[in-house]
Amino acid sequence: MSSLRFDVVIVGSGAGGGTVAARLGELVRQGRSVLVVERGPRFLDSDFTGRELEMAGALYADGGGFLTADGTMTLAFARGYGGSTIVYTGTSIVAPERVIRDWNLPGVDHADLARRSARYIGDNSVHLLPDAEINENNRLFVEGAAAVGLRAEQFPLNLKGCRGSSLCNLGCPNAAKQGTNRVQLPAAERAGVIVVTRAEVVRLGERRLTVRVSAKPAGDKGADSEWTPGDYDIEAGLVVVAAGAIGTPALLLGSGLTGLPARVGHGFTAHPALILVGEHAHSVVNDVGHPKSYFIDRAEDDGFVLETCMYYPFVTAKNMTGFGAEHGAMLRAFARLQMILVLACDHATADNRIAIDRDGNPVVHYRFTDRVVESLARATRLAARIFFGAGAVRVHAPLANPPFIDRANAAMVDRLIGPEHFLPGVTSISSAHLMGGAGMGSTPANSVTDSWGRVHGRPWLRVADASLFPDSLEINPYLTIMALADRVADGILSDIGAGAAA
Amino acid sequence: MFIKIIDLVSRLRFGRGVHRLEPDQLGRLMGALERAPFRLIRRGVWGLRTLVLLGYYTQPEVVASLGYRADRAGWEARR
Repeated sequence: MSSLRFDVVIVGSGAGGGTVAARLGELVRQGRSVLVVERGPRFLDSDFTGRELEMAGALYADGGGFLTADGTMTLAFARGYGGSTIVYTGTSIVAPERVIRDWNLPGVDHADLARRSARYIGDNSVHLLPDAEINENNRLFVEGAAAVGLRAEQFPLNLKGCRGSSLCNLGCPNAAKQGTNRVQLPAAERAGVIVVTRAEVVRLGERRLTVRVSAKPAGDKGADSEWTPGDYDIEAGLVVVAAGAIGTPALLLGSGLTGLPARVGHGFTAHPALILVGEHAHSVVNDVGHPKSYFIDRAEDDGFVLETCMYYPFVTAKNMTGFGAEHGAMLRAFARLQMILVLACDHATADNRIAIDRDGNPVVHYRFTDRVVESLARATRLAARIFFGAGAVRVHAPLANPPFIDRANAAMVDRLIGPEHFLPGVTSISSAHLMGGAGMGSTPANSVTDSWGRVHGRPWLRVADASLFPDSLEINPYLTIMALADRVADGILSDIGAGAAA
Repeated sequence: MFIKIIDLVSRLRFGRGVHRLEPDQLGRLMGALERAPFRLIRRGVWGLRTLVLLGYYTQPEVVASLGYRADRAGWEARR
């Protein structure tokens, strides 16, 4: 086994790890060494073909089929240089002031996060798409919302040179989305930070990691690892764990570290989501143009957010309930479909947590609370009204039985759609906003880290990703992950400058 | 194993194996199993259904027949 030493080792290269890596380029310029360890490969631009099956298998954990322990929710997260920033749609929203106030974290206020977010809004070319680039699927959402007396807000997006492929969730084929794979990680490498891909941390000990570098399997996408395959024993002055809201708690729980805070793995939230489909009598331009341009934030009043979306045929088919002729007919109407994603703003509960199995693999325990199911039902009713307000002739609502509602029954959506139709294992729920599991807080009793991401009792161990969230964010999380990671980086720079941690 | 269970239920309900059911009978059977009172059965149906949909709705000719035309060239491909 090869032995190496680095002043800082960052585990994970997504929104959190990539951000910390970029900020710690400053340390390299001062003569320190910084390593980023990424489990997935470094994809080549030519790898992004937009083909659903091929890209899902290459980019997502378990090919996009990672399930909670009871099999009732699919969790989507990516592995690769850039982590899940490869596959998100680029939505870049500043955290709601109300949510940050409710988090009640000592030293973390909304103004601080907003200031840090502004930095990444600039770095990542975040802007509103011009009208000419908004497709019909998104316009129908705005029109439908207006018809029911609501105003849809436009998502700021981190795009540069977007051609409107609509393939964001399969990795942008045009290098337009400004994830950490396009901005922060290249900047970090230019500054001298070393990034090693196809490298998995198999053990985390006291200031020490065992990293296993794998050879590229035959036929796999992506480049070979930068290092020779094999195991590496790495001594680290400081370790930053940024392996995502599932990977980070799992790594901590499977580590050889004793006396970690009891809250590791707890506080997991996910914004459980339903994909809803409305069929129009005319064709709808839905498979070209950015897929997610608008949203309606009802988090504070009703516990949900509605967003425009457009998914690929298999994901759409999977998320519709039922069998046979009606299911097939809705899919054959694909070119006439409008889609809306509804997300419930769940909250941390004792049931919902990350654990590990005997092999150290993550196991996600998640139970849908009555409050979440009621939020999904309220959201589905509003989405159905928006579909019909936009002119849809038929709506597929998973929380109705039967799930297809014709326009003739549009006035009855409140009666037809209800939480009583939610059936775990039938209603297809998915999540791409994975949060919590190593939350910030004030004491080891109520949290895993302090408000600078330092794990309680171990100043050499930091967390810098969505697992820091003490509760759900109630809006798309990537910009806030970057803002918190920026804060963690400040803490590291300050501590190392003072000689305290490394 | 799970397919054998479905076959058994089919024989009990319709008097014939699942492979010999008419399309509407198959739809009714799967619809009933999808909403079975036992989560394990529902989960099995969901998994089986997902595999079938995966095998069908990712075939290029099926995708094209739906009218799905996403292209890396985006808007340029439509002009």
